[in-house]
Amino acid sequence: MEASTIMADAARGSQARTRTRSAEREARSGRHLRADLVAGARAAAPIAIAAGLFGVSFGVLARDAGMGVVPPILMSLTTFAGSAQFAVASVLEAGGAVTAAIVAAVLLNLRYLAIGVSVAPALRGSAGRRLAEAQLAVDESWAVSQTDGRVQRGLLLGAGLVLMVAWTSGTVAGVLGGSALGDPADYGLDAMFPALFLALLVGQLDGRRARVAALAGGVIALALTPLVPPGLPIVAAALGAVFALTVREVRQ
Amino acid sequence: MTTAWIAVVAVGLATVALKGAGTVVYADRPLPRGMAALMPLLAPALLAALVVGQTATDGRALVVDARLAGMGAAAIALALRAPLLVMLAAAAGVAAGARALGAA
Repeated sequence: MEASTIMADAARGSQARTRTRSAEREARSGRHLRADLVAGARAAAPIAIAAGLFGVSFGVLARDAGMGVVPPILMSLTTFAGSAQFAVASVLEAGGAVTAAIVAAVLLNLRYLAIGVSVAPALRGSAGRRLAEAQLAVDESWAVSQTDGRVQRGLLLGAGLVLMVAWTSGTVAGVLGGSALGDPADYGLDAMFPALFLALLVGQLDGRRARVAALAGGVIALALTPLVPPGLPIVAAALGAVFALTVREVRQ
Repeated sequence: MTTAWIAVVAVGLATVALKGAGTVVYADRPLPRGMAALMPLLAPALLAALVVGQTATDGRALVVDARLAGMGAAAIALALRAPLLVMLAAAAGVAAGARALGAA
């Protein structure tokens, strides 16, 4: 397919999307928001159980790392991103420098720059409000809020709130309750999150471009893992989405 | 300020900025056309990277361990259209079982 044809296709598609988007926005404002919030919360409920358990294990690790009681809990509320928080606690627990912990966490969270851009068109209201709502975007809430390739605000906020409550309550339980649970890996909890991401991924594979993006993203992430610091392979996987734009779309 | 507080404040501020930059820059206006076409493909690309990253890597190393067995169980549960919680339990249970049998 000629590059110019692809561009024209993309342009027509995006014009059509812009029209339906504004119509949907009208319809969804207010009346549909509550229904979307509930739907988002429901979609996130089974995920929240896993997030709560992982919150407990983060709390335990943070306490063992000497992070105290309030900092880990505050971190779950403000950073609200599991992998980065585990990275900080792991580095500090191993006696690493605080700068190393910060750099590792920021690299792991770089993907949120792209996720934040994809969330932007869905948010409304004052800058402060949009900034606050964007904080509820975490991998899982972002994934369940996708409707026809766009982020739906009510789904994002409903799912994000449920996950934030679960993650933070788990952290409180882990920090205060302690290591009675033992090593989360003994229970296979570390296999739960990739399984969860797999389920979320399968829900996204509704066209040829999406499948190419997934395949390319996975290959890029694996290929770069030995070469660059943790976190960057996931950021580079976004190039898989760019590559997928070069194939002709075929919807199922 | 203790080490923990420094890390929590620095990472917290950085994450708030990373998550919020998009909505601050693209306030009340649509994304540029090329970027808008890209956004629906971002989820499959990043989710696939998270799947392989959390299944088969540890730091910079590519590893095969009990998590892969758990993912096999998850894939089977998914193919059988099992509910999400059943699928997650299968992944955790098989990974835990493989570990109990001596897998790393």
